[in-house]
Amino acid sequence: MREQILTFLEKNSKMDLGELAVLLGSSEDVIRNEVEAMEKEQVICGYHTLIDWEKTSSEKVTALIEVRVTPQRGQGFDSIAERIYNYPEVQSVYLISGAYDLLVILQGKSLREVSSFVSDKLSTLDSVLSTATHFILKKYKDYGTILGKKEKDERMLMTP
Amino acid sequence: MRNPLSQKVMTIEPSGIRRFFDIANEMEDVISLGVGEPDFDTPWHIRDEGIYSLEKGRTFYTSNSGLMELRREICRYLERRCHLTYDPVHETLVTVGGSEGIDVALRAMLDPGDEVLIPQPCYVSYLPCVQLTGGVPVVIELQEKDEFRLTKEELLAAITDRTKVLIMPFPNNPTGAVMRREDLEAVAEVVIEKDLYVISDEIYSELTYQGEHVSIASLPGMWERTLTINGFSKSYAMTGWRLGYVCGPRQIIDQMMKIHQFAIMCAPTTSQYAAVEALRNGDADVAAMRESYNQRRRFLMHEFQRMNLPCFEPFGAFYVFPCIKEFGMTSDAFAMRLLEEEHVAVVPGTAFGACGEGFLRISYAYSIEALKVALGRLEKFITRLREEAACSAVK
Repeated sequence: MREQILTFLEKNSKMDLGELAVLLGSSEDVIRNEVEAMEKEQVICGYHTLIDWEKTSSEKVTALIEVRVTPQRGQGFDSIAERIYNYPEVQSVYLISGAYDLLVILQGKSLREVSSFVSDKLSTLDSVLSTATHFILKKYKDYGTILGKKEKDERMLMTP
Repeated sequence: MRNPLSQKVMTIEPSGIRRFFDIANEMEDVISLGVGEPDFDTPWHIRDEGIYSLEKGRTFYTSNSGLMELRREICRYLERRCHLTYDPVHETLVTVGGSEGIDVALRAMLDPGDEVLIPQPCYVSYLPCVQLTGGVPVVIELQEKDEFRLTKEELLAAITDRTKVLIMPFPNNPTGAVMRREDLEAVAEVVIEKDLYVISDEIYSELTYQGEHVSIASLPGMWERTLTINGFSKSYAMTGWRLGYVCGPRQIIDQMMKIHQFAIMCAPTTSQYAAVEALRNGDADVAAMRESYNQRRRFLMHEFQRMNLPCFEPFGAFYVFPCIKEFGMTSDAFAMRLLEEEHVAVVPGTAFGACGEGFLRISYAYSIEALKVALGRLEKFITRLREEAACSAVK
């Protein structure tokens, strides 16, 4: 049941829980209790909105930064990750397998803002060995949603 | 000039949907609940395999019966999902949709005058296909009180000395009815006793929402007198690929092969390669689509209940078949007014046989959002009809 609820809320966090209960053949109370329990247990960590910022007038630049670091004795990557994710402009920090260690996703107002973050704040951290910054030019699909594409029903109106 | 047409073709009635389709097509903001095909795109990995086969230049005829690789996968699938064992070499024929399978099966089995039992409401092609062979269609009118299942008594009452074939269209389009194992056992008993053959159209076999689908050929004594027809259209959302299959005893399949060979040659090659991928790696897609249909089905049942629109709960296919007898209109008139006044297209029950009178077929092969808008309009419409009725009652 939890997994089914999450599948729906992941796609539409605004979904009416009464309607969800109908679809899943359950009752609204059961669904509401489950959702509240999952919020408490932090299975559900927040409700966000997927925005295509390109359609707004606000200027935003998103960068993916590959970071190689020296893990610290007793703490592994956790404390360096924490130092990075505490910056509010950092959106995501992932520990990654492969050629580098941390993937940092950063949102800024301009290229200059992002690059100054990298050169002033990130690269100067003691345990950071190197960084490589990639700017996102266009988002085609985000969080499972194809951006800006509206599907039209091309089926014939009536078929037997 | 001489009449260019055959007597036979002139006796065939045109589809009852056509008139609605023409009107709906002219409308701007029509919402349709009249579609008999999935709203999902074919899963990408299946489409990708079709594209790959084109890239590789696999654009030739396949063997008449279909790619051996595909026939093997079909037999594995039927074993896995329906507990049916067929030989891919002699007992499996790949066809252009389930529709071709129905046509060719009837042509291979019937002589003029042979009677074919057709439980209605049902899909529109059985009856004309029987007529084209010179066979005699005998309609069995299924009842809402039986949840549109075929009963032993109805079957017995329809059998004569000329009866040869029984068509079993379950899970059913348009009613959504399914036959449970015990229902099939009762039918099988009669079929064996009266020495009939069954053409079982199981195109919606993957879309059942309570218990597992049971193939009638899997019952004792039925394999040798059943043709099992299935396909990819509904379960894998592959309607446009036009691919189905028929499995059954070699004696019948061999003769069907001849007709298929001369009329069609072989099913589309690209589709066959895609279908191999569907059968090998498509189970999860089928399960996900089934779950999604089931959610919409629950949603519709819930909404009908709220609107006080009586409807038995269907457990198969993607249709509901609500009853509109309280409004004192024919299905046709109801559907036409609904289309004209609220721009919602539904199919009147009578398009699937006279006993569909008083019912509508509503398809839930639509997103919940689309269903919501359409049901909002439907509710407005029936509220208005009820008010009209209340007013005239007062006068």
